[in-house]
Amino acid sequence: MNHLFGTLAGILAGLGRATLFLFQLVTALPYVLLRPGIFLRQLYMVGVLSLVIIVVSGSFVGMVLGLQGYRTLSEFGATSSLGVFVALTVIRELGPVVTGLLFAGRAGSALAAEIGLMRATDQLSGMEMMAVDPLRYVAAPRFLAGFIAMPLLTAIFSVMAIGVAGGYLIGVTLLGVDPGAFWSQIHADVHPDDILQSMIKALVFGVTISWIAVYQGYHAAPNSEGVSRATTTTVVASSLAVLGLDFVLTAFMFR
Amino acid sequence: MPDRSTSAPDSPTGSAVGAPLVRIRGLRFGYTRRRLVYDGIDLDIVRGQVTAIMGPSGTGKTTLLRLIGGQWRPNAGTIVFDGVDIHRQSRRGLYALRKRMGMLFQNGALLSDLSVFENVAFPLREHTRLPESMIRDLVLLKLDAVGLRGARDLSVSALSGGMGRRVALARAIALDPEMVMYDEPFTGQDPISMAVLMRLIRTLNDALGLTSIIVSHDVAEVMSIADRVYIVSGGKVVSHGTPAEVRSSTEAHARQFLRGEHDGPLPFHYPAPPLDEDLGLSRRAAAA
Repeated sequence: MNHLFGTLAGILAGLGRATLFLFQLVTALPYVLLRPGIFLRQLYMVGVLSLVIIVVSGSFVGMVLGLQGYRTLSEFGATSSLGVFVALTVIRELGPVVTGLLFAGRAGSALAAEIGLMRATDQLSGMEMMAVDPLRYVAAPRFLAGFIAMPLLTAIFSVMAIGVAGGYLIGVTLLGVDPGAFWSQIHADVHPDDILQSMIKALVFGVTISWIAVYQGYHAAPNSEGVSRATTTTVVASSLAVLGLDFVLTAFMFR
Repeated sequence: MPDRSTSAPDSPTGSAVGAPLVRIRGLRFGYTRRRLVYDGIDLDIVRGQVTAIMGPSGTGKTTLLRLIGGQWRPNAGTIVFDGVDIHRQSRRGLYALRKRMGMLFQNGALLSDLSVFENVAFPLREHTRLPESMIRDLVLLKLDAVGLRGARDLSVSALSGGMGRRVALARAIALDPEMVMYDEPFTGQDPISMAVLMRLIRTLNDALGLTSIIVSHDVAEVMSIADRVYIVSGGKVVSHGTPAEVRSSTEAHARQFLRGEHDGPLPFHYPAPPLDEDLGLSRRAAAA
């Protein structure tokens, strides 16, 4: 029983520290604007360098949805609805969730490993001794870059899945769905609210993943095992957080 | 008991040179409550002098530098830098004090995503509004002082360990601090670099009016450039004074450390049960 309470207290204390860290990150954000070069570099690192995996994954997810959707809809003679089927599936769910999972694996792990390694090689201590706050110089730009990159990557993922590869390439080019029906149904049934809510999900996931990654890296034990643990924890915790938050957000948004 | 045959910290012989820049009193510190790294030490870093902190591995020499830098907080006692208690400062106050200190970390702690030039320019860019041309001149001068002006465009990953520490030294003195702390500056240096570094530390200290603290195992090298030496062991200062005074110290810990003797109060082995007990020899003998 004592062990259970000890574990629970440990989890609560960890959550408390992480929340305090998030508050410190948010208060450090104005200083990021003073160093736009560092922020843009981090945006490149977490955003642009994630493009390949996002574009390729978006394309394949879209193609699979196109094939599966066509097969199911053809049983009801409703293949003209393939466009809206793919669009709503991607915009409401798969876009933000799959992008979030990929982002956690690609950018989240890289952020945690990089900051953890800086901790292990005394780079963060060195900054502190030079009277430079590593929270402002290292953590905050990466955090901001992470949560700005996520909605952009989600949008790119969705465009690849619906327009370029999924719906259009498979549905229209390969399976012969009428392109007019394909686009007009998307136009009629996908509302701006759907896109807004997709972006809200992406933003929430972006904040969560970046927060977890930066926190884990910043508080990693200063050795190789600590860096490894921080990286693994980032991917596992971020993935679970994305799936859990997706349920909560969906329950509130799409009632 | 500390070797009090030499001058006591609270009455430094260096008073003619200057008052202590750093005054440590009753310092107690431990990573855990049970095992104290420092158990009430008193220590003075006299202004304008090179002070060496020496002692066996694991005695907390690097820890002492981090305590002076305000990175860690002591369990008890005070560390006063130029009349200001370091651990009673707000973060802003602490950062203001750190601008007056430079620290050379054992592994260099260079920023791996910046070039050699940018590493040395980093504190100048962060804390001054100097024009780019002046920053360039200053960086080149600092790099020239450590013999690495030609390496300014190299990435950090292209440097050897010794070169990295020299770049770190150039960065540590970039803001012309009042005090520089060197953590094992001679480790991994070839004889030429070591000789140059020793001369550089001494020259910088005298020419710029710095105060230097060197933490090192290299007894001969450090003794040759230090004005004052403290030997710490078992959480205490066991001997202190000028190099000549410490060399002639009769204190057992200091004698053993300085002469590298196997026998003495400083154990080579980490505390452990007897070897025959660990190997179960007595049990085996009884069974036989």
